Amino acid sequence: MNVMQPIDRIRGGVHENERHESGHKHVTGTAEYIDDIPEPAGTLHAYLGLSQRAHAEILSIDFDAVKSAPGVIGVLTADDIPGENDVSPAHKHDDPVFATGKVEFHGQPIFAVIAETRDAARRAAAKVNIEYRDLPHVTDVLEAAAANYPLVIDPLKLERGDIAAGFAKAKNILEGEMRIGGQDHFYLEGHISFAIPGEDDEILLYSSTQHPSETQHMVGQVLGVASNAVTINVRRMGGAFGGKETQANLFAAVAALAAKKYRCAVKIRPDRDDDMTATGKRHDFHVGYKVGFDDDGRIETVDATFSARCGFSADLSGPVTDRALFHADNCYFYPHVRLRSRPLKTNTVSNTAFRGFGGPQGMVGGERMIEDVAYALGKDPLEIRKLNFYGGEGRNLTPYHQTVEDNIIGRIIGELETSCDYAVRREAVLAFNRKSKIIKRGIALTPVKFGISFTKTEYNQAGALVHVYADGSIHLNHGGTEMGQGLYTKIAQVVADEFQVDLNRIKVTATTTGKVPNTSATAASSGTDLNGMAAANAAQQIKARLVSFAAERWNVSENDVAFEPNTVRVGAERIAFPEFIKIAYGSRIQLSAAGFYKTPKIHWNRAEGRGRPFFYYAYGASCSEVSVDTLTGEYQVDRTDVLHDVGKSLNPALDIGQVEGAFVQGMGWLTTEELWWDAKGRLRTHAPSTYKIPLASDRPRIFNVKLAEWSVNREETIRRSKAVGEPPFMLPISVLEAISMAAASVAEYRIAPRIDAPATPERVLLAIERLRRAARNG
Amino acid sequence: MTVQIRSSIRFLLNHRQVELSAVSAVQTLLDFLRLDRNLRGTKEGCAEGDCGACTVLVGRLLDGRLKYESVNACIRFVGSLDGCHIVTVDSLAVPGGPLHPVQQAMVDTHASQCGFCTPGFVMSLYGLWMENPKPSVTEIEKALQGNLCRCTGYAAIIRAAEAVSVIGDLDRDPLVAERATIIEKLETLKDGKRVEIGEGSERFLLPASVDDLAEIYEAEPKARIVAGSTDVGLWVTKFMRDIAPVVHLSHLDELRRINVDEADITFGAGVSYTESFPLIAKHFPQLIELWNRIGGQQVRNMGTIGGNIANGSPIGDTPPALIALGASVVLRKGKVSRTMLLESFFIEYGKQDRQPGEFVEAVRIPFLNENARYAVYKITKRLDEDISAVCGAFRLTFDGNGKVSNAVIAFGGMAGTPKRAEYAEAALTGADWTEASIEIAMEALGKDYTPLTDWRASADYRLLVAKNLLRRFYLETQGDEPVRLDRKQAV
Repeated sequence: MNVMQPIDRIRGGVHENERHESGHKHVTGTAEYIDDIPEPAGTLHAYLGLSQRAHAEILSIDFDAVKSAPGVIGVLTADDIPGENDVSPAHKHDDPVFATGKVEFHGQPIFAVIAETRDAARRAAAKVNIEYRDLPHVTDVLEAAAANYPLVIDPLKLERGDIAAGFAKAKNILEGEMRIGGQDHFYLEGHISFAIPGEDDEILLYSSTQHPSETQHMVGQVLGVASNAVTINVRRMGGAFGGKETQANLFAAVAALAAKKYRCAVKIRPDRDDDMTATGKRHDFHVGYKVGFDDDGRIETVDATFSARCGFSADLSGPVTDRALFHADNCYFYPHVRLRSRPLKTNTVSNTAFRGFGGPQGMVGGERMIEDVAYALGKDPLEIRKLNFYGGEGRNLTPYHQTVEDNIIGRIIGELETSCDYAVRREAVLAFNRKSKIIKRGIALTPVKFGISFTKTEYNQAGALVHVYADGSIHLNHGGTEMGQGLYTKIAQVVADEFQVDLNRIKVTATTTGKVPNTSATAASSGTDLNGMAAANAAQQIKARLVSFAAERWNVSENDVAFEPNTVRVGAERIAFPEFIKIAYGSRIQLSAAGFYKTPKIHWNRAEGRGRPFFYYAYGASCSEVSVDTLTGEYQVDRTDVLHDVGKSLNPALDIGQVEGAFVQGMGWLTTEELWWDAKGRLRTHAPSTYKIPLASDRPRIFNVKLAEWSVNREETIRRSKAVGEPPFMLPISVLEAISMAAASVAEYRIAPRIDAPATPERVLLAIERLRRAARNG
Repeated sequence: MTVQIRSSIRFLLNHRQVELSAVSAVQTLLDFLRLDRNLRGTKEGCAEGDCGACTVLVGRLLDGRLKYESVNACIRFVGSLDGCHIVTVDSLAVPGGPLHPVQQAMVDTHASQCGFCTPGFVMSLYGLWMENPKPSVTEIEKALQGNLCRCTGYAAIIRAAEAVSVIGDLDRDPLVAERATIIEKLETLKDGKRVEIGEGSERFLLPASVDDLAEIYEAEPKARIVAGSTDVGLWVTKFMRDIAPVVHLSHLDELRRINVDEADITFGAGVSYTESFPLIAKHFPQLIELWNRIGGQQVRNMGTIGGNIANGSPIGDTPPALIALGASVVLRKGKVSRTMLLESFFIEYGKQDRQPGEFVEAVRIPFLNENARYAVYKITKRLDEDISAVCGAFRLTFDGNGKVSNAVIAFGGMAGTPKRAEYAEAALTGADWTEASIEIAMEALGKDYTPLTDWRASADYRLLVAKNLLRRFYLETQGDEPVRLDRKQAV
């Protein structure tokens, strides 16, 4: 037995700036994405045929030219589906794999061509001849409401206090509306699925999915086989952002159908334009609001309706519109409040999850109300914000009756205000605008409070599988998927910390339904919270066996067995970890465990709009300063300062990356990313040539991002950290509001600028013109 | 003229020489790498040259000098690569060996998240490093205009770019240290022969010379001439169009010449935006911003001024600017050349004054008169790598007594072709250079143009901003107050 000298600490434990576990593979091009997997001989390729109408009956389909095209093996339609022609994640049976009888949006899949090459399948799919009879279509939210289009799912109402009494009491009342655009995910790796048929009813799929268990279930449903016949593998995705939470299911189902029908491997990968046309996006919203407030700007009453463009089916529109309502309060206490959702059907692609999941739209709506109150009273919006923050006697109850117990927004705002020199810079901006005729500046400081947990309570569970091999190496699997966020790295850090071994002793391999069953989507920012706890639980089970084994074998008390850096201490002796494991194996100790976790404390009654849907809240704030050209509406973000709360960070370097990335992505949503449908109901911004996500040169010219290092999650989360994926997405609301302020300067800040999102240069210039006219007309 | 014919193309791919005789006219470099060669480090993000995930370096010789430039493999045809050196991400580090300095910098600064765009960023930064070992942030941003990242927010990538020279020694980089050997290899591939490969929809040709090009095109006027393929590439990858027979010209050194005369400067039709930049910047500093905002770096490395004109886009990156300068285009058919004003070349949407068998051989730009004031403004939704909603170019000459003696105004994005603003020009010609005159001319623009509404901008915005650009032009002649955003602001 080796006697080890103790070392301070392991390499790559928790709270360390560990590099992404795949970083060295990303940069060399050796990180394997699904399209990089070598195909078995005879692999076929599928390509979808999409509707060319927004809403129409299908009168006939002529596949002759498709079938006779070079390389074509066959065509799949709904008739080829042995199970159900449905992949609705809401179980509403409204999401067919292939449309039959009629199409409900331009781009809806109708059939798939199977061919020897992807190019052959794609060219053949374009040769189809479909006879349609057009039906009236609606793409816009308000038009859908006017046309009495149905809701895709039951709406939600959150109510607290007495609206009528609240408005009666309020000294001032204002009403307004705002349109908030949607957003394409623009993950760099588009959707892809690769199916390999197995024996009997078995099938193995490589799918770019955030939700392997649901993909497994949906493939089983479409094939008409049980879940135990379907295995889903996901090593990594080239970005997802919610776009692969449900949207991967259709591609997986088509690949699986073809693989079973033709008894060979089948891959499906749409072209970028088809990916953007045929898969769901962030919901566009219309917000109508009425706010009652006193002369100081203290809000008394809020009544708001959030109408969403849901597209042709329910998909996740229910929980998305719910989450919009959950975040319409942001950090503010509304004494009397009524919030209602209207998840409207439209003849557009079915909108889906996207980072923030409706929360950003709710929060933008809430912040617009604050902004309006500030302009109505001629005050700095930050002053109105502070006045309305949760906190103080009787001012901690959310519209959904959860008490805010972990409020730190005051400290965050205070620190940021000081560190970014807000007050002085705001005065300087005002002074600049008095002098400068064409270029105007704006500055805004906005807060974020984001609820963490799936609002669907059953999703708040996770599993993990940890094997310690006889050589002391550790193999880790969990139910979460890696889409770039660094989940695998963080979970491995947790397991390294549990066993007190260097990180390089741990290997995380592809997430697969065969190892960890019944997983939840890696979504709602919950990946680390849930899977980290499950992995820790697995490690703890193994450790407990090892401790009792060591106590017995070396005849010491269990308290005298400790996992110390790369060693196990038994009494006074230190044994190298591999050595110790070898002994344990020799003594027939089980070195594998399945871990499990479920989030405590949460409950939610949707019918009553009441409960504790969130385990805790993550907070943050940002201050942005912009310059706007009032001749053209062009702008640039001159400076942004961020202070963001991730609790006690598991990996500050990765968390900073999440915050910076979310900020720029959120800024894109609110500025240059515009979805534009034409009169025929066709999305015309369906590629990077027409849909403009931020570039390196768009990021703020000065970009200071800090974590609130003092923050510790008051709830017992994994190592007291907090979720980081979504909350920072809402930080760039400060950019939108700073642009608004610059525009408002042309009317001496007397009129609320009310620029809709995204604030493209066009919207900014047209708002400036509108404000100038209004100012002239008094 | 007798021309010798070769029926294969030859190039270097990483460390190997490749010779292909069975290759289609529409074979893209990306599919060739991924499907034929199983080099899967290079990714497909958009297949239209806008995201940069497929970025590779292409080394091209000109006059004995070898320069490596980033290009989009997704819209680059393999047929155009005869005599080139293609460098992909797969070759930068030996498996198990140390990472390349660019790669190491990216890892150290946490600059990859999902990793899918990362190989493209690595290649763009490698190309930058070879040209400019210690770039400024602005130069880094320019080199990365053609690379989209959806995860990182770019901050870490910029930090990586700044760290490369700290980590690595450029002189020890293989492509620098072994440059002479590589040049020697590439020189041996140049045999002055015409290349002809394939039949029917697969057929393509590489003329041996410009005379050969003229002869081929006169004989086959339905052939598709391809220079940088930044537009034609999409006809294949997006519209699945048949474009054969294809005649490439990017390999013709004769067309990459730039000739500076006393009164003007002439760019061969094969001169890329990148190649033209130094002389454009020297003689027309007013065009620097426009040039820097054409596509991304990869597109500027591939795309040519000649191609930009020949494809007749209603927006056009350079035509409004060049029309306002009074540029002319040299057209050639067989042995006959003719020169015409660029503005006359564009007849209507989709139609140019080009005879069958006639091609754009060169573009000639007269230098500015010293009494002239010239500016070009490009308005887009996103600052960089975006197609203009409106592009306005103004060249006004003054008589020295506060009057406008001549006004030339051209806009892109306002009509079916890049088009001059005749009414506004008339309003200004002979007028006092005052705000009152400007306002009359702004109104006149409403008679000049009836723009369309599309996804880039509404008709209302287009007309409003066009008018305001004229105002901007005027304000820039008056005093010091900034009337444009300070894009150079410190980062």
